[in-house]
Amino acid sequence: MSARQYDLAIIGAGPAGMAAAHEARNLGLKVCVIDEQDGPGGQIYRDVEHVAMKRAHDLDVLGPDYKYGFGLVDGLRAAGVTHLKGHTVWQIEAAGTVWCSDGEKAKRIDARRILLATGAMERPVPVPGWTLPGVMTAGAAQILMKSAGMVPSGPIAICGSGPLLLLIADQLVRAGANIAVICETTTFGDYLRAAPKLPEAMRGFEYLQKGLAMRRRIKAAGVRIVGGISALRIDGSDRAEGVSFKSGGREHSVAASTVLLHQGVVPNTQASRQLRLDHLWHDTQHYWYPKTGAHGATTLENIFIAGDGAGVFGARAAEASGRLSALQIALSLGRIKEADFDLKAPPWQTELKHHRAVRPLLDALFPPPAEILNPPGDETIVCRCEEITAGDIRKAAGLGAPGPNQLKAFLRAGMGPCQGRMCGLTVTEILAAAHGKPPAAIGAYRIRPPMKPLSLAELADMDVTESEVG
Amino acid sequence: MPQSTAPARSKETFDVAVIGGGMIGPAVSLGLLERGLKVCILDEGDDVLRVARGNFGLVWFQGKGFNMPRYVDWTRRSATLYPDFARELKEHTGVDIGHANPGGLELLLGDEEEAHRRHFIGQIYQQGGGKEYEVEFLDRKLVEDMLPGVKLGDDVTGASYSPVDGHVNPLFLLRAMHARFQQAGGSYLPHHRVSAVNRNGDAYDVLIEAGTVSAAKVVIAAGHGLKQLGPPLGLDIPIRPQRGHILVTERTQPILPMPMSAFRQTAEGSIMLGVSAEEAGYDDGIDTQTVATIARRAARTIPALRNLNIVRSWAALRVLTPDKCPVYAQSRSHPGVYAIASHSGVTLAAVNAKVASNWIAGDPAPEEFDAFGVERFDAQKTA
Amino acid sequence: MLKRRHSDAAVVLILIDGVTVEARAGESAAAAVLAHDGGATRTTPVSGAPRAPYCMMGVCFECLMEIDGVANRQGCMVRVAEGMSIRRQQGARALERET
Repeated sequence: MSARQYDLAIIGAGPAGMAAAHEARNLGLKVCVIDEQDGPGGQIYRDVEHVAMKRAHDLDVLGPDYKYGFGLVDGLRAAGVTHLKGHTVWQIEAAGTVWCSDGEKAKRIDARRILLATGAMERPVPVPGWTLPGVMTAGAAQILMKSAGMVPSGPIAICGSGPLLLLIADQLVRAGANIAVICETTTFGDYLRAAPKLPEAMRGFEYLQKGLAMRRRIKAAGVRIVGGISALRIDGSDRAEGVSFKSGGREHSVAASTVLLHQGVVPNTQASRQLRLDHLWHDTQHYWYPKTGAHGATTLENIFIAGDGAGVFGARAAEASGRLSALQIALSLGRIKEADFDLKAPPWQTELKHHRAVRPLLDALFPPPAEILNPPGDETIVCRCEEITAGDIRKAAGLGAPGPNQLKAFLRAGMGPCQGRMCGLTVTEILAAAHGKPPAAIGAYRIRPPMKPLSLAELADMDVTESEVG
Repeated sequence: MPQSTAPARSKETFDVAVIGGGMIGPAVSLGLLERGLKVCILDEGDDVLRVARGNFGLVWFQGKGFNMPRYVDWTRRSATLYPDFARELKEHTGVDIGHANPGGLELLLGDEEEAHRRHFIGQIYQQGGGKEYEVEFLDRKLVEDMLPGVKLGDDVTGASYSPVDGHVNPLFLLRAMHARFQQAGGSYLPHHRVSAVNRNGDAYDVLIEAGTVSAAKVVIAAGHGLKQLGPPLGLDIPIRPQRGHILVTERTQPILPMPMSAFRQTAEGSIMLGVSAEEAGYDDGIDTQTVATIARRAARTIPALRNLNIVRSWAALRVLTPDKCPVYAQSRSHPGVYAIASHSGVTLAAVNAKVASNWIAGDPAPEEFDAFGVERFDAQKTA
Repeated sequence: MLKRRHSDAAVVLILIDGVTVEARAGESAAAAVLAHDGGATRTTPVSGAPRAPYCMMGVCFECLMEIDGVANRQGCMVRVAEGMSIRRQQGARALERET
């Protein structure tokens, strides 16, 4: 079997995955990249190849940071690695096997090392009415622009906090969309608390500059921005019709047919949880991230993690961490020597440090508001798939459910197709509040394969011993 | 609702301390509370073995009790008591545990399988000494009639059927029992892992991290925990873990009108697929080969299931005795300490709540219990 | 609910709930349905509540639709193709493939 193995299987073709693939190939490793999307780029650079070559007008709207991704995609193509696109990973075995599916057939990939580069996802924003048609994440609007050249047609309300909020607003303004209001949950207090982080953030000055420039452009376009909002609610009976919120001591309502929500980005930990790796809790940004050592090493010898999946630092940091993980992996396989590593790593370590510099400021400036983490209204849906409300969860906590897994058993929360991706963090927060314990002590859902649904036919037809070769 | 999740202090005394909050502990506790006893359930935290969470939901009669006719009787008793048990839980807690008794099938693929099953069921009947045994064999045509709209795979030759078989929503059952327990005044103590039980005069000290809980009687319903807790209390019971896998499909329109030994459609519409048995120690991780085997058999039996997506899988560790029959034992060396061990906690929930609990309360043991003690394992060893 | 910024991409004819619709090459099935008429793209099997895509990246599972007879496919992960038949997923799926 070992003669048929890859040296490295990379899960995810976003910036970390693409950079790691290119680097690993340069170091002489046999690499397989497995990605769910039918083209490289992950989410941040989604469809960048297509947009760069065929939709220049959209490229202008999306901006230079997006365009940067084209270089990475080019690098991946040039690397000549095996790229299993449109393949969904449903199980990872720590010994070195990745099980995936192209939608028709379940496949097995064996590799000596596995790099998880599955990235991040938007933090779910459970507010009343968030399950109505017409409500999407800010990232979803971006993806629609990137992959389909579409913008929402009616008035748009953009609500939440974080750098991506400004970015999407800026892109939509340039695309000529009708933005009814931007409601930011960021308060004056957040600015004050974040101020001490400013000096360190200056090392990543271009990020701050970009943020300020975006804000200026949005204001100049006449878009209404309301800050320090709370009690956000989405109104409508079978689709979104508007938003209501409190600000400056008053209630406001704004009509909108599309509502874009954003409260930061959190690591997608399904794969790291399925592998039963230890996870730590990020106190400011309220998310779980897998515990990693030098350059993405984990307590499992064959498993490494790079990019936002190990902690959110953005696309440029992800790229650098992908390179460093590839170097570390090559070293661990004995394919390069310490001296090679010491030569090649430092420039990427510098890159990584540079692109991480602004993060403590951003984390402090844009903490998710308490009422988003632990929705006060009992009627607010938390588990979208099974339609379990915050009130249901609090009642079950009163019954003594100590953690998410017993809660899952009592209520079915987390048992739907999304497998807890949309409700997991909120469940942890509600239980933490109910039991008077920190989230880190409450824990998270146990994730078992399949990490994404696949058909019984594929499971029935697969040959468990047959391994895909490059 | 009584705030019963505060940590117990050493002065707290109970009539009965039940160790284990799975299928067995709460069931037995409900009966004890009915008797007016002061009861606590000591349970562990969230991410431990918790076999009770890994449950198919069958209330199953056919095929149980090979070489132990008493177990056949005990199982039948539980199935008979289930409707009342379910109704009472619904009345008190509002939770519908979804119990139904439409009968159950074990589908048979091929002549060899059928012959083997006929022989096995025939033996159970014989062991019962001519008493009525409610299992019959149906040919393929009769099975098709019982499952309208379900196209059986070509290999299905027939099935064994029992009108006594049924199913229940095991998670709602767990929740309802917990809710009723607290509603009726029981003290539920999670995060109270028990390390040992010591005699203290006429009563017992149950040792937990934060101190002790005192009780006149102790029931060990701790699943695999019995292995560690039992021996110092004269209850060295030969249980072992046996892993079983279940695959769960996405919600589907109702198609399976009755439960089968390897298929069950829940009220929500998801279809559960089993069954497997592996000797894997205490590893409750998923084994891909086993998943493939279950999938293949399911696809052979009802080919249309191939279209469905599997959204979840899990594996759990059955608490298995050498003869697969339950243990209900009172310690000789430590009177007042009981142990209950079984891998059929769902099926036996009704009879545990309504009959076994009385035995713990001090009533004479049910007649079935002459077969359920620990002495039989010595006899089995020398047999 | 969505409008296309440009109309120069190649037209791809698809069916949405039996109605012939002009989609554009490169769009996902979910995007095409949202551009055709906003509102719900499915109803839930739990309560029949109306839902529509939320994340567009494959983690929310709100975009479940029946595509070419196969139920519960993530519409945001499938690009439109000529003759593709998309149906909104109404509640729980049926066991058999729709023909």
